[in-house]
Amino acid sequence: MQPFASIADLGRGLARGDYSARELATFHLERIAAADDDLNAFIHVTQERALRAADAADRRIARGEGGPLTGIPLAHKDIFCTEGVATTCASRMLADFVPPYDATVVARLAAAGTVCLGKTNMDEFAMGSSSETSWFGPARNPWDRDRAPGGSSGGSAAAVGAGLVPCATGTDTGGSIRQPAAFCGVTGLKPTYGRVSRYGMIAFASSLDQGGAFGLSVEDVETVLGAMEGHDPLDSTSAERAPTRRNGARSMRIGLPSEYWTGLAGDMGECLLAAAKELEAAGHALVSHSLPHTDAAVPAYYVIAGAEASANLSRYDGVRFGFRAEDPADLDDLYRRSRAAGFGTEVKRRILTGTYTLSVGYYDAYYLKAQRVRRRIQQDFLEAFEEVDAIAAPVAPGPAFELGAVDDPVAMYRQDVFTTPASLAGLPAMSMPCGFVGGLPVGLQLIGPAFEEGRLLALGHEFQRRTDWHRRHPEG
Amino acid sequence: MAAMDWESVIGLEIHVQLATRSKIFSGAEAAFGAPPNTRACAVDLGMPGVLPVLNREAVRMALTFGLAIDAEIARTCRFDRKNYFYPDLPKGYQISQFDQPIVGAGVVEMEIDGATRRIGIRRAHLEEDAGKSLHEDYADMTGIDLNRAGTPLLEVVSEPDLRTPAEAEAFFREMHAVVRYLGICDGNLNEGSMRGDANVSVRPRGQQRLGERTEIKNLNSFRFLRQAIAHEIDRQIGVLESGGGVVRETRLYDPRADETRPMRGKELSDDYRYFPDPDLLPVRVTSELLAEARALVPELPRAKRRRYREDLGLSDSDTGFLTGDPDVAAYFEATLATGCGAKPAANWIMDRVAASLNRSGLDISGCPVAPEQLGRLIARIEEGVISGKIAGTVFDVVWEEGGEVDAIIDARGLRQVSDTGELDRIVRQVVADHPEQVEQFRAGKEKVLGFFVGRVMRETGGKADPRQVNVLLRDALRAR
Repeated sequence: MQPFASIADLGRGLARGDYSARELATFHLERIAAADDDLNAFIHVTQERALRAADAADRRIARGEGGPLTGIPLAHKDIFCTEGVATTCASRMLADFVPPYDATVVARLAAAGTVCLGKTNMDEFAMGSSSETSWFGPARNPWDRDRAPGGSSGGSAAAVGAGLVPCATGTDTGGSIRQPAAFCGVTGLKPTYGRVSRYGMIAFASSLDQGGAFGLSVEDVETVLGAMEGHDPLDSTSAERAPTRRNGARSMRIGLPSEYWTGLAGDMGECLLAAAKELEAAGHALVSHSLPHTDAAVPAYYVIAGAEASANLSRYDGVRFGFRAEDPADLDDLYRRSRAAGFGTEVKRRILTGTYTLSVGYYDAYYLKAQRVRRRIQQDFLEAFEEVDAIAAPVAPGPAFELGAVDDPVAMYRQDVFTTPASLAGLPAMSMPCGFVGGLPVGLQLIGPAFEEGRLLALGHEFQRRTDWHRRHPEG
Repeated sequence: MAAMDWESVIGLEIHVQLATRSKIFSGAEAAFGAPPNTRACAVDLGMPGVLPVLNREAVRMALTFGLAIDAEIARTCRFDRKNYFYPDLPKGYQISQFDQPIVGAGVVEMEIDGATRRIGIRRAHLEEDAGKSLHEDYADMTGIDLNRAGTPLLEVVSEPDLRTPAEAEAFFREMHAVVRYLGICDGNLNEGSMRGDANVSVRPRGQQRLGERTEIKNLNSFRFLRQAIAHEIDRQIGVLESGGGVVRETRLYDPRADETRPMRGKELSDDYRYFPDPDLLPVRVTSELLAEARALVPELPRAKRRRYREDLGLSDSDTGFLTGDPDVAAYFEATLATGCGAKPAANWIMDRVAASLNRSGLDISGCPVAPEQLGRLIARIEEGVISGKIAGTVFDVVWEEGGEVDAIIDARGLRQVSDTGELDRIVRQVVADHPEQVEQFRAGKEKVLGFFVGRVMRETGGKADPRQVNVLLRDALRAR
């Protein structure tokens, strides 16, 4: 058995009986056991449950009822609620929280026969771009253990990048799937807002949060998305849309927005430009254009995300579940000490800024203004998509940075300069490996019109048939 | 110094618990009286990752109310988060409607002291109720019951059009009748199905500008509402007349002490940091939904009152009694449907039926005498088949044993003796048996007629029509 096999190959192996789902799960559990003390990609490994699920998958395959994901190991970001399995959001606040329900994403992937091996590390409450804010310690980059895997879905990206699981779920609020995918050299898709149910996905910023998938190839991501997506009566904001299917014209117009491409330093710029040229060589036209409000995206994003987070995290008050301070003197003391000790610094910073921007006297200047900026950014994209079929852009200003290197919060927020605009516009966006700088993977971002994931998948698949960046894997 | 003439200005906010089967944002049952925390699902508990889904029935009920008060109905409205920390508020915010309520300006018409008053409604919006904090049963602790969390509320905000505690009470009563007629609220005040907050201020009569106001929260009976407002008006006048100023604050009414006190609860905040709830899409009020709601608006109390007065010729007090409770009005109308007269039907319901219900502690919806039976009973009196006295007996039989009015009359031989020949024979016999009294009558002593009527009625076992007996007796007495 080899790591880094595609989902399709694993499915064939299972169908042929080359190995059982139990053997496949065991193989990956052993890889996790060997690597994860170092990598810290997992918060919980759920070996027993995994083997039970694998046995069930084997019985299903034996009955000839297996689907494309039956018996395929995967990991869930620890932001997705899993019934009977601790779901921590990488926070001390939820360190012992065991939900009595599954997230819709978890339930659907289980129904498809996947075998969940564990819950992956992340930034606390998905607030961060490095997976360093986790209560369980930072996850590490499989390409260089001294570097961050990106964030917030860093554990999922690192686990797939290191070959510990063939695929994993993630969530993306301002870049939390795309940036770690780029840093870890894997493919990651943030679907259109509303494509995937948010039920049971612990909320950070509800108007931005979107579940998605990591895989070793566009094809694998497409397979996982196929089992996750679709309307959910439990999520009013989930859309009723036809399932995603790879569909792209042979010759597309691909926009290179000047705001994203100018100022890219040396190797990084060359690497990305070469990737764009590859798309041109495949028969697509590169079109230079402008998304004029790009600069305003990061500030607008941090105002809106903070505002929503400040309300979403109010429920963690020590009263019903989660961390509770001992021997409270009174109600205020219970609130104050439970939240002071239960939340980390970055989470508190965002609750504070969000509370501030919603307050009387500041609401118009911050929250409403940010919403106006958001509409401008949406409008930018709508206009752009009258000219181009898809947009190609960098994911992050550089490759993975060293752990601890970005210690200024605002500098960390600037990591999200190329990912927050598509988030604010609710658009599908994907990151795929497109080269290396200094031995570290670089990701190319493709952004499409709403619910045109199929177009991104077609372009990405075509790119991956012409290149082998996605087949490069770290040693060890 | 002459005492100043003060005018009080009152506005009410009434929280109407909508009678939906499930909660406004979850599938949990919305029921009163279950053991604590057995009617709260993950959504009501504000568990991580759960999401609200709007109950369409609550929207329909809000629209029905809006149509009933001729209100502006928003084409689209949305939900907002109202942020504050309190243990019985699981999410740390309440989902409510801030600046885009589902129901806009409308009017409620009510009657007080025989005059009609139109009270402006500023808006009505949907929101979720919070749970309950139970302070009594736990030493040094507070219990939290989240059964009520997520129960749909329609908060109706009146204009400050009310001027007296009696008017405020009349308005609360009218609102109570309206929501019960609409079938959107069970109206059980003692279960908290309707709770009022009163905004009260006073000003020198003639002054345009409003005085500083206070808000009295959580008034859940007609009487407490009137008393609390009356007390608060007196308090404010006292403060102002002693040279002080009214402080804008929220107060609670203590019915035992009959006074209001400033509220110190933690659920009060200066800034609720409202913002649109991103978990819920804006609600589009489609024409289909509106049509559905319109079809469910019945005849309302004010229209009924007019009709009872103008078409049925009933008095104001009869009308007030019959329309106050939709179940009473329905009983009355079902009685009329059998073809009996309106006035006798009203009298029977207000006297005999009301007294019997009261004695047995029953609601009219549980009345053992169906309105069809009552209508038939009244019709038989009108037809002269039975006397009013016998009708009372028949009513009691139906109440106790059930059965059908005509069958009971026949089976017990209660039919009036209307056979003129038979009655004539009895009358002649009675006259013949009492020559002395005949002489007295003929000498002009009219009162003796009563003696003869009594004798005839005794002979017939009460089954004779007294009017007919009178006529026959006069004939017989005059005859030689």
